[in-house]
Amino acid sequence: MSFKSVVGKIYRNFLVRRILRAFGVIFVTSTLTFFIIRLMPSNPIEIFINQMMAAYGMSYQDAKALALALFTIDLDKPLHQQYIEYLINLFQGNLGRSISISPGTPVMDIILAFLPWTLFSVSISILASFVLGVITGIIAAYRRGGLFDKVMSTFAAIISAIPGYLIGILIIVFIGVQYGLINYMRGAYSAGIRPGFNLQFISDVFLHLAAPFATYVLSTFGGWMLSMKASTISTLGEDYVTVAKAKGLPESRIRTQYVGRNAILPLFTSLAIQLGFIFGGSVLIENIFVYRGVGRLLWSSINARDYTVMQAVFLIITISVVVSNLLADLIYGLIDPRVRVGE
Amino acid sequence: MSVGKKAKNVLYTFVVDPLKIIVHNKAGLIGFIGLLIYIFMAIAGPYIVPLDTIPKPEQRYLPPSWEHPLGTDFEGKDIFSQIVNGARDVLFVAFLAGTITVLIATVLGSIAGFKGGLWDNAIMAVDEILLTIPQFPLLSVLAALTRLDNFTLALVIGVLSWPALARAIRSQVLSLKERDFIEAARALGLDAKHIVFTEIMPNLMSYIVVSWILSMTGAVYSQVGLVFLGFVPFTSHNWGVMINLAWTWGAIYYKNSVWYIISPIMAITGFQLSAILFSRALEEIFNPRLRE
Repeated sequence: MSFKSVVGKIYRNFLVRRILRAFGVIFVTSTLTFFIIRLMPSNPIEIFINQMMAAYGMSYQDAKALALALFTIDLDKPLHQQYIEYLINLFQGNLGRSISISPGTPVMDIILAFLPWTLFSVSISILASFVLGVITGIIAAYRRGGLFDKVMSTFAAIISAIPGYLIGILIIVFIGVQYGLINYMRGAYSAGIRPGFNLQFISDVFLHLAAPFATYVLSTFGGWMLSMKASTISTLGEDYVTVAKAKGLPESRIRTQYVGRNAILPLFTSLAIQLGFIFGGSVLIENIFVYRGVGRLLWSSINARDYTVMQAVFLIITISVVVSNLLADLIYGLIDPRVRVGE
Repeated sequence: MSVGKKAKNVLYTFVVDPLKIIVHNKAGLIGFIGLLIYIFMAIAGPYIVPLDTIPKPEQRYLPPSWEHPLGTDFEGKDIFSQIVNGARDVLFVAFLAGTITVLIATVLGSIAGFKGGLWDNAIMAVDEILLTIPQFPLLSVLAALTRLDNFTLALVIGVLSWPALARAIRSQVLSLKERDFIEAARALGLDAKHIVFTEIMPNLMSYIVVSWILSMTGAVYSQVGLVFLGFVPFTSHNWGVMINLAWTWGAIYYKNSVWYIISPIMAITGFQLSAILFSRALEEIFNPRLRE
C-alpha cells in the first residue's frame, strides 16, 4: 500500500474526518474571537489608566507608567505579531497571563478555578431537566387531550416563553426575598466556609445550587417536554408500533423499547446544541446568582477589558460546544443504526 | 375582471380570510390581540401616558392605586408610564433584528440548498462557525466594547442569529427539490427563478413566517439581557433598563419593590407569549394543509 492510499483511507474514515473538522472549527473561531476582541475600541490599559486617574487623581503619565510596570502585555505590538505569539503559546497549552482582573495570574489557573462550577451546575441541571421533560412528554403524549396533558402543555408553553434570567429574578424576588432565603442565592458557597471534602461544605454547595438549578430546569424543561411529546405522538403512528401491538407484546415493553427509544432519538441532537446555548445563557444566570462560573468570569473580564481571560473563556466555551456536537454525532450513530456512516 | 371585483378578491385573500382563521384559532386570537396592544402601546402610548421624569422621594415604592396603576419606583416615579414608554425600543429592536435574521437565513439557506456545490460548502462553513461561537457571549463582547445604539444592536443581533434557521431552510429546500412537482417544473423547462419563487417559496412560507416571529422573541431575549447586564448604554426607558435599575438599586432585595421589578418582567413575558401564540395562527394562514 502506498503512502497516499493510506492517507486517503484514513481521511475517508468518518471519525477521523469529523475530528479534523472539529479542530478546524475551533481554530477558526478562536482566530475570529482574537481579532474581534482586539479590534474593538478601548483596551485594558486605557481602562486601567482611567480608573487610576479617577480613583487616585493620578496624572495620565503616572497612570500609564504604573500600567506598563504592572502589565506584561504590550498592546502596541503589531496585531499579527500578537496573534502569532498567541498561537504559539496556545499550542504549548499556555493561555497567557491575566491583564487586569488579577494581573499576572496565569489564565489557566483562573479558568480552572471557575470552570468546574459551571460544568457542575449546568450539567446537573440539564440532565435533570432532560429526564424530567422526556418523562412528562411521554406521559402527555399517551394521555393527550387529558387533564395532565392540557395543564402540563400550557405550563410548558408559558414557562418556555419567559427568558431564563427573568425566571431567576422571579425566584429571587418571590422565594429569596419573601422567605429570607436570599443568603443561599448569592455565590456558589457561603463566605465563611472553607472549601473541602466535608459534609458542611458539600451541603452548603448544594443549598447554593438550588436557585440556579431551579432556574436552568424551569427555563429548559418546557422545550424538552413539548418536543418529546411531539416526537412520541409521531412515533406512535409508526407501522412498527402497530405491528408490535398486533403481535401482542406487553404494553410496558412497547412503551420503553419501541416508542420511548425511538422518540427520544431526535432529542439527543438538541441536547448537544442546548449545551452550547446554556453556556451562553449562564452569563446571565450566573450573574443573577453571583455564581462563581465561567459566565460570571466572562462578564467581569469584559468589564475590565481583560483580553486574555476573554479569549480563554471563549476558547473553553467553543471547545465544549464543538466536543458536545461531536459526541452527539457519534452517539447518534451508536443508538440509531440507520444513520451509521461508512463501513 | 372588473377593478372592483379584483379589489374584493385581494381584500378577501389578504384580510378577511386570515382574520377568519385568527378568530377561529383561540390561542392565535389571544396572541393577535396581545400583539395589537403592544404595537398600539409602542406607537401611541407615549402621547397618551407621557413619561414621568420627576423624582418624588416621599412617594417611593407606593403600591398600585388609581393614580399609579403599577405603583411607583425607587425615586417615586410612576411605573406604568415607564412600561408604556419602554415598549417602543423593545419592539423596534425585535422587529428589525427578526426581519434581518429571516432575510439572511432565507436567502443563504435557499441558495445553499438549491445551488449546491461550492455555494453550499461555503455557506455551510460560515454557518457552522457562527453556530459554534456562543451567541450571547459574543453579543456581550460586541455590545460592551462598541457601545451599540438601538439600530446597530438590532443589526448585530440579526447578523449573528441566522445560522440555525438557514440550516433548517437549506434542508427543507433540499427535500423539496426532489419532489415530483419540482421535477415537473424542470421538465417544462421553467427557469431557476420561477422554480425558487413560485414553486419552492410558497411551500416554505409558513415555516419562514413562524421563524420570523420566533426570531423576534429571540431578539427580545438578547436585547433585554444585554441591557440588564449593562453592556448597552441606556438611551431611553425600556424594560431592560428598568430591570437593570431595579437590580443595581437593590430593589429586588426590598420587599415593597415587588411591583417595580415584576412590571417589566410581565411586560416582556406578555410580549413573548403573545408572539408565540400568534405564530400558531400565522402557521395556519400560510399553510392551507393545517386548516380543517
